[in-house]
Amino acid sequence: MANIIQVGMADLKMARAPDKLMTAGLGSCIGICIIDRQIKLACLAHIMLPSSEQAKNADNKAKFADSALELLLEQMLKGGASQSRLQAKIAGGAQMFKFSGESDIMKIGERNAVSVEKHLNKHRIPILARDTGGNYGRTITFDAETGELLVRTIGHGERIL
Amino acid sequence: MVENYSEMSDIQLDALKEIGNIGAGNAATALAQMVKAKIDMTVPKVKILPFTEVPDLIGGPDLHVVGIYFNVQGQAPSNILFVLDVEKACLLIDMLLGRIIGETKVETLDEMEMSAMMELGNILSATYLNSLAMFTNLKFIPSVPALGIDMAGAVLDAILAQFGEVADHVLVLETEFTKDEHDVVGHFFLLPEPGSLDTILTALGVNF
Repeated sequence: MANIIQVGMADLKMARAPDKLMTAGLGSCIGICIIDRQIKLACLAHIMLPSSEQAKNADNKAKFADSALELLLEQMLKGGASQSRLQAKIAGGAQMFKFSGESDIMKIGERNAVSVEKHLNKHRIPILARDTGGNYGRTITFDAETGELLVRTIGHGERIL
Repeated sequence: MVENYSEMSDIQLDALKEIGNIGAGNAATALAQMVKAKIDMTVPKVKILPFTEVPDLIGGPDLHVVGIYFNVQGQAPSNILFVLDVEKACLLIDMLLGRIIGETKVETLDEMEMSAMMELGNILSATYLNSLAMFTNLKFIPSVPALGIDMAGAVLDAILAQFGEVADHVLVLETEFTKDEHDVVGHFFLLPEPGSLDTILTALGVNF
């Protein structure tokens, strides 16, 4: 019996096949999905912000792209994964509200996407698929068995990455 | 110096709650004038919540919602977000436009209907800010509304992210609108930017 493990906002969870990981309502946030296909171990982090470096309060590592990825790697390696086998899929990073003369703050989705890719590259984890940008929310389900990432939206279709 | 809602005392919370009461009263009056019918508004419930629980308050991060967002400039820059279930928003549009309940449909929301929603957001935020301004003698200048219709988590996260660097909690005012036998529950979020909460509490004379 496969369980679906819920991952909240600024949260990080790990699952082994046949379980699945799910996070709902990604807007500007990004779901970073990492898998070791050989041992069928998957991890999903729901990050809110690009970097913990400037943050006054960085207690929650899962909130930031850089620190979440480090925490995620630490847990996956502890769980038996090999860094060289890790593969990534990412989704989210939308811009939900548009203003004229908008500030950087409202472009947070784009900044999140750039940061996530940069840090994945730094850790030499290949990005197999990405579904980022746009102006709509996404709910994603990551299957530890197959490595498939199901992306659902309201009014913008459904797809498997 | 109060930077985070979780550090606030009961007196400080009560002060913000009282402003909410007066703001809600004014908003109900403004709404009644707009629709020429009596729309009741309950006294708002004030809650302080960690980010992660905010989507659940609205009905889960997956729920299809309408969000109306304002950026507020002035001496204490803040953000306001008014969120409600998209089905309930349609009901509220029916009330606002004097239609038969059930006439407005989620799938076919047009400019006129969205504009009615934004106007409602305008009234709510302006009345709340007016009472806040009255008590604090601070100036608040709200932006034009921005409307988002999507999953609750998605509508919320971009706004919550701005506070993610300093805080983990938000202040929520839960308000209920009633006309005839129909209830609509909306959530009104006040999110002062870093430092602004301190400015507001000082101006209210409860910063200690």
